[in-house]
Amino acid sequence: MIVFDRASKRYPNGREGLSNASLRVEEGEMVFLTGRSGAGKSTVLKLIALLERPTRGTVVVGGKNTASLAPRHIPAFRRRIGIVFQDHKLLTERPVFDNVALPLVVAGTPLKEIDKRVRAALDQVGLLGKERALPLELSVGEQQRVGIARAVVSKPPLLIADEPTGNLDPDLAVEVMRLFKRFQEVGVTIVVATHDVHLVRELGLREIVLDHGHVQGADIDPLAGMIATR
Amino acid sequence: MSLGLTSYGARHVQAFLASLGRLARSPFSTFLTLIVIALALVLPLGLELFVTNARLATGGFANAIDLSVYFKTDVPLAKAEQLAKSARARAGIAQIDVISADAALAEFRAYSGFGAALGVLNANPLPHVLHVHPASDAESAASLEALRSYFAAWPEVDVVQIDAQWVTRFNAILEVLRRLLVIAAAILGAGVVAVIGNTIRLEILNRRGEIEVTKIVGGSNGFVRRPFLYAGILYGLGGALLAWGIAASAIGMLAAPVATLARTYGSRYTLVGPTAQDLVLLIAGGVILGWLGAWLSATRHLRSIEPRA
Ligand SMILES: Nc1ncnc2c1ncn2[C@@H]1O[C@H](COP(=O)(O)OP(=O)(O)OP(=O)(O)O)[C@@H](O)[C@H]1O
Ligand SMILES: [Mg+2]
Repeated sequence: MIVFDRASKRYPNGREGLSNASLRVEEGEMVFLTGRSGAGKSTVLKLIALLERPTRGTVVVGGKNTASLAPRHIPAFRRRIGIVFQDHKLLTERPVFDNVALPLVVAGTPLKEIDKRVRAALDQVGLLGKERALPLELSVGEQQRVGIARAVVSKPPLLIADEPTGNLDPDLAVEVMRLFKRFQEVGVTIVVATHDVHLVRELGLREIVLDHGHVQGADIDPLAGMIATR
Repeated sequence: MSLGLTSYGARHVQAFLASLGRLARSPFSTFLTLIVIALALVLPLGLELFVTNARLATGGFANAIDLSVYFKTDVPLAKAEQLAKSARARAGIAQIDVISADAALAEFRAYSGFGAALGVLNANPLPHVLHVHPASDAESAASLEALRSYFAAWPEVDVVQIDAQWVTRFNAILEVLRRLLVIAAAILGAGVVAVIGNTIRLEILNRRGEIEVTKIVGGSNGFVRRPFLYAGILYGLGGALLAWGIAASAIGMLAAPVATLARTYGSRYTLVGPTAQDLVLLIAGGVILGWLGAWLSATRHLRSIEPRA
């Protein structure tokens, strides 16, 4: 599903967010990206979602090389990826319902269907009844869950989440991870970036550790990413 | 809430309503923009109305087209009057006045300031003249020409003159105005495109975050652009309706004084306001210019907004 082959990302300011990283995520797999702050977790996710392109190496997602994807194909590409952002990226002037509905609206889903699926998604993150609230009227943890609902509402085959549990209490964090696990069980590929090592260990899933932009335990062999498992 | 629309149609309806709602939510700035657009549209419309009215009004004045029939100086007044009488029977003539040489001289003395000098003349050098007013259905160039040759054929007639120069000149002025109208419409149309383009640009910058998020979840450029195109169309439409309202009320305010003025000329002319055709043209123009301004602006500025996480 996802293959990084010696991918590097150098930001315009010269900082290297990711260096020569090779990794691989199989279809239907759920993996964690861990590492200290600044290690490059968000950079990996941005490269997957085509919010950035690698400055060197290749990133292939769902069989498509992100470097050579024509601009007109990018929207369709992104519609197949649900993204939970570290900073939520909600539309602050729109109620919760509109925020969650957005991926369905851009995909041209019929209104009736949108209504049903938005409610289902909000139900899954425990926010049913908050449809009309504005994001800033919610707690940070609730905002985070709105972001999660938006990422899953269109049932994308790939879900990437950047610190999705960063602002949640331990019970809610576990709840969200269980939700992700349920998605994985129905075939969704999931990549979660997190600091929360305890949660990762508890779930016992594969972990890709980043350190200063390098994939730990990997050497120059591009296939090494495959065995960057614990 | 099925509207029985295809999802494509439904998306357009959504985008349209969203744009309308957004404009309604900031009525003051929307109104300011509409005023600017309306002023740009009302100017060519006003010019058009002016030209139309001037043309119609002078249609009423066309009895000012005269023929002057000058007799040879040896033709006696009785003969001139007899000929005038026979001419009155002819179709295409509204009125014939006989101006005797004596009357003409007296008038000339009174108005020219040469009174004293003319006093030394012992014979009147002026001929008798017929002033012929064509009937209103005989003002075409062809029937004027027919009238001219009718009088010119008389052996007693020296020369026939058609006093239509000022009408020709007036028509030329109208033609200049009509050209001016086209130029003004082109310049002001470009102005409308620029105003709407700039308004849309500001709107896009204001909503940058929203656009980024929409693109992140897979909104295409076309999807993101759609509400801005509708906003442009709505601005154009609103501006056109406002322009029409301004023109109609200006005509309303001018109607009474113009009618009074016309009456002093013995005319019953009343001002003609903007027609349904003007309204259709105005709306089509406003909508097309609004769409164009929005399209240019949105296409240019949306491309530069790429999501950065
Ligand atoms: N837009 C950017 N412009 C310049 N440098 C950036 C940008 N984004 C990230 N970086 C740099 O790239 C490196 C990796 O950043 P990244 O956001 O991927 O880290 P992270 O592992 O997600 O950290 P955190 O756990 O704090 O979210 C950092 O050194 C950061 O300074
Ligand atoms: Mg990060």
